[in-house]
Amino acid sequence: MFEPKIVAFVCNWCTYAGADLTGTNRIKYSPDVKIIRFPCTGRIDFMLLIKAFSNGADGIIVSGCHPNDCHYTSGNFHARRRWTIFRSLLDFMGIDVNRITFTWVSAAEGAKWAEVVDSTVEKIKKLGPYKEYRPIANEIVEE
Amino acid sequence: MNTQIKILKSANYIKLLQKLFDHKKNIYGPVRQGKRIGYQKINSANELATDFIIPDMSAKSFVFPCIEKLFSFTKDKENVEIQNLNLDNIPEKIIVGIRPCDALGMKSLKAIFGRDPADSIFQTRLERTTFIGYACNQADDYCFCTSINGGPGNTEGSDILLTKTDSGDYIAEIITPKGESIVASAPELFEDGSGLDKQKYLADVPKRFDDSNLENKMKAAFDTNVFDEYAIRCIGCAACAYVCPTCACFDIQDRTKGSKGERIRTWDSCGLKLFTLHTSGHNPRETQGVRWRQRLMHKFSYMPERLEVRGCVGCGRCSRRCPVDMNIAESINIITDENII
Amino acid sequence: MIETAKKLLKNGDVNIVIGYSEGSQGRVRPFFARNEEEAENLVYDNRCTQNLAMYVSKKEISKYGKPAIVANIHTLRGIIRLAVENQIKDGDLIALHINDKDEMTVCSTLEEIETHLATVTPQISDEDKVMIEKLDAMSLTERRNFWEKEMENCIKCYACRQACPLCYCTQCTVEVNQPQWIPVEASIDGNLEWHIMRAMHLSGRCISCGQCGDACPVGIPIHLLPMKLSQEVKNIYGSISGMNRSEGCAMATYQPGDKENFIG
Repeated sequence: MFEPKIVAFVCNWCTYAGADLTGTNRIKYSPDVKIIRFPCTGRIDFMLLIKAFSNGADGIIVSGCHPNDCHYTSGNFHARRRWTIFRSLLDFMGIDVNRITFTWVSAAEGAKWAEVVDSTVEKIKKLGPYKEYRPIANEIVEE
Repeated sequence: MNTQIKILKSANYIKLLQKLFDHKKNIYGPVRQGKRIGYQKINSANELATDFIIPDMSAKSFVFPCIEKLFSFTKDKENVEIQNLNLDNIPEKIIVGIRPCDALGMKSLKAIFGRDPADSIFQTRLERTTFIGYACNQADDYCFCTSINGGPGNTEGSDILLTKTDSGDYIAEIITPKGESIVASAPELFEDGSGLDKQKYLADVPKRFDDSNLENKMKAAFDTNVFDEYAIRCIGCAACAYVCPTCACFDIQDRTKGSKGERIRTWDSCGLKLFTLHTSGHNPRETQGVRWRQRLMHKFSYMPERLEVRGCVGCGRCSRRCPVDMNIAESINIITDENII
Repeated sequence: MIETAKKLLKNGDVNIVIGYSEGSQGRVRPFFARNEEEAENLVYDNRCTQNLAMYVSKKEISKYGKPAIVANIHTLRGIIRLAVENQIKDGDLIALHINDKDEMTVCSTLEEIETHLATVTPQISDEDKVMIEKLDAMSLTERRNFWEKEMENCIKCYACRQACPLCYCTQCTVEVNQPQWIPVEASIDGNLEWHIMRAMHLSGRCISCGQCGDACPVGIPIHLLPMKLSQEVKNIYGSISGMNRSEGCAMATYQPGDKENFIG
């Protein structure tokens, strides 16, 4: 049975708090996700996503505050533009953007977080291990 | 050993390659990929590119790869265990169609890596590689092998050198024992060719500069501004060094994952600003002019002085590939012409 | 052009003229005239496609003082973009623009360059257009195979970065080793990451001059990546870079109402 490795890059103020709420509400969700907390979605460098793939992630979740709710006013607006362009680039280079879930989850949306994780896990399970990136990531020098 | 001259009929040449394929040898040769020509692994003789001057990249990566593992290591609490590279795993390779300039480049590389302590990985690679060269029957204005003691039919570095005649047959010069063993694997394909002269089939490469006393002329130019003047347009990429058959500067890097990793050697270049940058922020080679001087001095003065071989074979790749048309032959011409000795 | 360059040098309006001269084997090369005599060697014709704006930020050139630049359209756009990013200011240079009809305009101010640029429609070459369309029409796997095959040839010489007028950072991300974002060696993953990073850092800034692709010694069409992103930025946010100082930085700003269709 394929257990996908999923890395979630989330903002401290909304999604991380939301994920906490999921726990305190005792809502069950897939354990395949590893959450990494950031100050803001605006801080999530696109290189981190690439590094996650090259270190063996099968899927990625990026999540933060809803538009207009950013703790720093505009971090998520900046992030939104960056992701839009980043997705275009990945697609143009033949990297499957379906392996990255972008979403807004607020501190009050514990149930939504569980749903986001579960649906992403489901999606990645269907897509299978990220074989296309793996050989590159594990590429060992000749001999 | 004395060079033997034989004839290899064009049909027999195909048969020879076929025989080598049948023996499951790793064979590499110049292959066309879109606009590029590169030395690549081949599985049949018709993959070989014909009618070209020189592959885009030199053949140095067969003996000095762009990235290569030196050893791997594992950390276990206090202990670090090092696993040396198993040299037995380095495969034997046959390079077909290497140009005489690229083969000559092996001499410079051998001098660099053979210096005490000798580099065993490099040496093993070189020992296990056989070069079946093609003499050049065409050249372009960037070629200048004849200006620095090379030539379109130079045999140095090749194990066998083939010169194509007008009839399509090859004059085969068997130069080394390695070359002889190739012949020994199919002696029936080679006919006696003693007395044949390959000269008339070779490309005409005019001398582009006078290389007499070049070492000293370079030295004399050291403090002049000829390098700064010439390199004013240099943009500081490393394209020239990476396409060069003799440039051997490298960087050592660790690739680690958790408690495991490997130490690798990767190409580097004196043309890059970072090459000499100190942690303090000071850079002893501050400007591109100084870096260009280092490149030329190293090739034409330091190497002859210390290793008794020049670091240039006249392939002209650096000039062909330079995005801003830095022409090495022209630069030497300026230095030797204007010189103040 | 030679006469103008000579006059500028003679009057002390500029100290150096950045232009083109005859190079080897029928090529042209960047050329730097520091006196009237040297200015005689300047040439300009349809071979002069290189973007010379890249030399403005090089200290080997700036040490001579104020430059005049022989500028094609790409160079003009590069100059404006550098001004947007506060790398140059009005009066730092004089541009000698020569149009398709061989007419020369001397632009002493950035405003004059902008006025001129307002009359042209920025375009990429037909060859690049076709190539991007071809890639767009491919399946994801085909595109992936295409780029993987191309990246195998990358030797990480950084000619693409060096040739780019907008890669003026004194320390590039690849030169940072704590953390080591991009592997130093030319491994396939490292090459891929490098080109992703380069394209992203140029998104919303790239002026689509194609210099990076021209400079590549192994002929990888890497210029298509930032070019494609420029198209995307234009289509989605309506911003074209290197046209006017008021254009700002598309990727360093936002609109609350920016549209997307992928965030759940």
